[in-house]
Amino acid sequence: MIKKAKGATLAVLPLYLFTLVFVIGPLILMLVLSFSPRDGWGYGSGFTLDNYAVVFSGTYLNTFVTSLKLAVISTAAVIFIGYPFGLCTALLPARFARFFVSTQMIPYWVNSLLRLYGWIIIFRAGGLLDAVLMGLGITEEPLKLLYTYPAVVVGMIYVLLPFMFTSVYQVAEKLDLSLVEAARDLGAGRAYAFLTVTLPLTLPGLKTGVILTFIPSMGLFFIAQILGGNKVVLVGSLIEELLMKAHNQPGAAALSVILMLLTGAVCLLMMRKPRWQK
Amino acid sequence: MMNKITFTRIAYPILITVLTYLPIVVVVIYSFNESRLSSSWGGFSLKWYRELFRDEDMFEALFNSVVLALSSSMLAAILATAAALGIKNANLPGKRLIERASLLPLIIPEIVLGMVFLAFYSLLGMKFGMMTLILSHTAFCVPYIYTQVSARLEVLDSAPIEAARDLGASGFMAFVTVTLPLLAPAILSGIFLSFAMSFDDVIISVFCTGVSVNTLPIRVYTQLKTGVTPEINAMCTLMLAVTVVCYAAAAWLRTRKPAKH
Repeated sequence: MIKKAKGATLAVLPLYLFTLVFVIGPLILMLVLSFSPRDGWGYGSGFTLDNYAVVFSGTYLNTFVTSLKLAVISTAAVIFIGYPFGLCTALLPARFARFFVSTQMIPYWVNSLLRLYGWIIIFRAGGLLDAVLMGLGITEEPLKLLYTYPAVVVGMIYVLLPFMFTSVYQVAEKLDLSLVEAARDLGAGRAYAFLTVTLPLTLPGLKTGVILTFIPSMGLFFIAQILGGNKVVLVGSLIEELLMKAHNQPGAAALSVILMLLTGAVCLLMMRKPRWQK
Repeated sequence: MMNKITFTRIAYPILITVLTYLPIVVVVIYSFNESRLSSSWGGFSLKWYRELFRDEDMFEALFNSVVLALSSSMLAAILATAAALGIKNANLPGKRLIERASLLPLIIPEIVLGMVFLAFYSLLGMKFGMMTLILSHTAFCVPYIYTQVSARLEVLDSAPIEAARDLGASGFMAFVTVTLPLLAPAILSGIFLSFAMSFDDVIISVFCTGVSVNTLPIRVYTQLKTGVTPEINAMCTLMLAVTVVCYAAAAWLRTRKPAKH
């Protein structure tokens, strides 16, 4: 038994060390940096709250609010589109369900930026959407959708939807339909049966989906850059700018700490067991 | 109330699937467009495919992406599988804590990961390039494989392994001939998932690469910001074609083989 434990320790050790050095180490550095004073292009030793003071000042705070708003809007849209999608698919015969699952997986393997480029072609002024709408006589002038807020939201939904779909599908697939049937037999209407049986039972999938959607949505700055032009500035872009252009590592670290606290809070909220399961 | 087809159940997924493929189809169609402008149709042409095959930088970026995704998912697979196997029996201080910590990259926004990696490597004075890319990607690939493998281990029947040991197999033999094959599906699906994630990653790569090493997503990202050549439509079409062929082959293999249980 002792020998077995020794072998086991040896097997865990590489990941143990790797995690310590390449996950814990950098995260601690981030925390330290966020309290360090700037010194030219680098940072000095000492303790300061200046970086946080800057984060909570006007422009930065606005950017945070913009990002949070976009993340909430995108996550909500992904729930409303993705939840029924996962549920409907899970209720189909296996052959059909498999088809929809693999058609959602295939685009994963094609670069997401290349797929987003398709939306650029569609949204561009005088692009495909305009050509179709104007051809049908629905609109008179080009809509100029590219580089607008709605274009960014479409891009976010597009990239994040598969995560919600797969999380909901995986749980809904195991749903015991006889429970729904029982509720209906006992006189529950369609809506009531859904709210009291189907929804609570598939809620874990929905929550996983929210975690997998909300966390990246706070950081997906490239979508806002390429579909929103420079009109929509997100925390992600700000961190990138601070690091790559301003060489302000302490500032970027402070922003990252706040961002992590925010996504961490959402994670904890989602992972909390609902009252009836306690 | 069996699994059956009703209008809503089938119409809604079809609608979403059509919308999912709409931009992809647009890109595929425009990859055959003679005109450089995506706003006009200049007739059918293979011009952009010829341009693409002449573009050495693009292929170098593609090659880098494949090397990066392969090495980081393999490295992560070794680390994660060994750790998942060992964590049950190991008596290490705070092993559950380290388990949680190794899963952290899953719930940290990529932008934060990119930031901390950049700060960390520059503090250590490491040279930014393939090495830093592989280390960072391995860190975010580990959780995908670890969760798959440890979930499989939870439900794994230990009887075949004990039987092998009872029949005289050494611990190593039993591992290679019994445990590993039983875990293989989980390890493989973890590798596939992390390969796809690494292959598609922009944010972390932007921060962790040096001036000399381009990956495909970084190259596409720079093009989208500075100016696009329709070559990237051709690239998208080729990637889609390869994926579809692989999926079709896998589906064909599944149906050809008698179902095993």
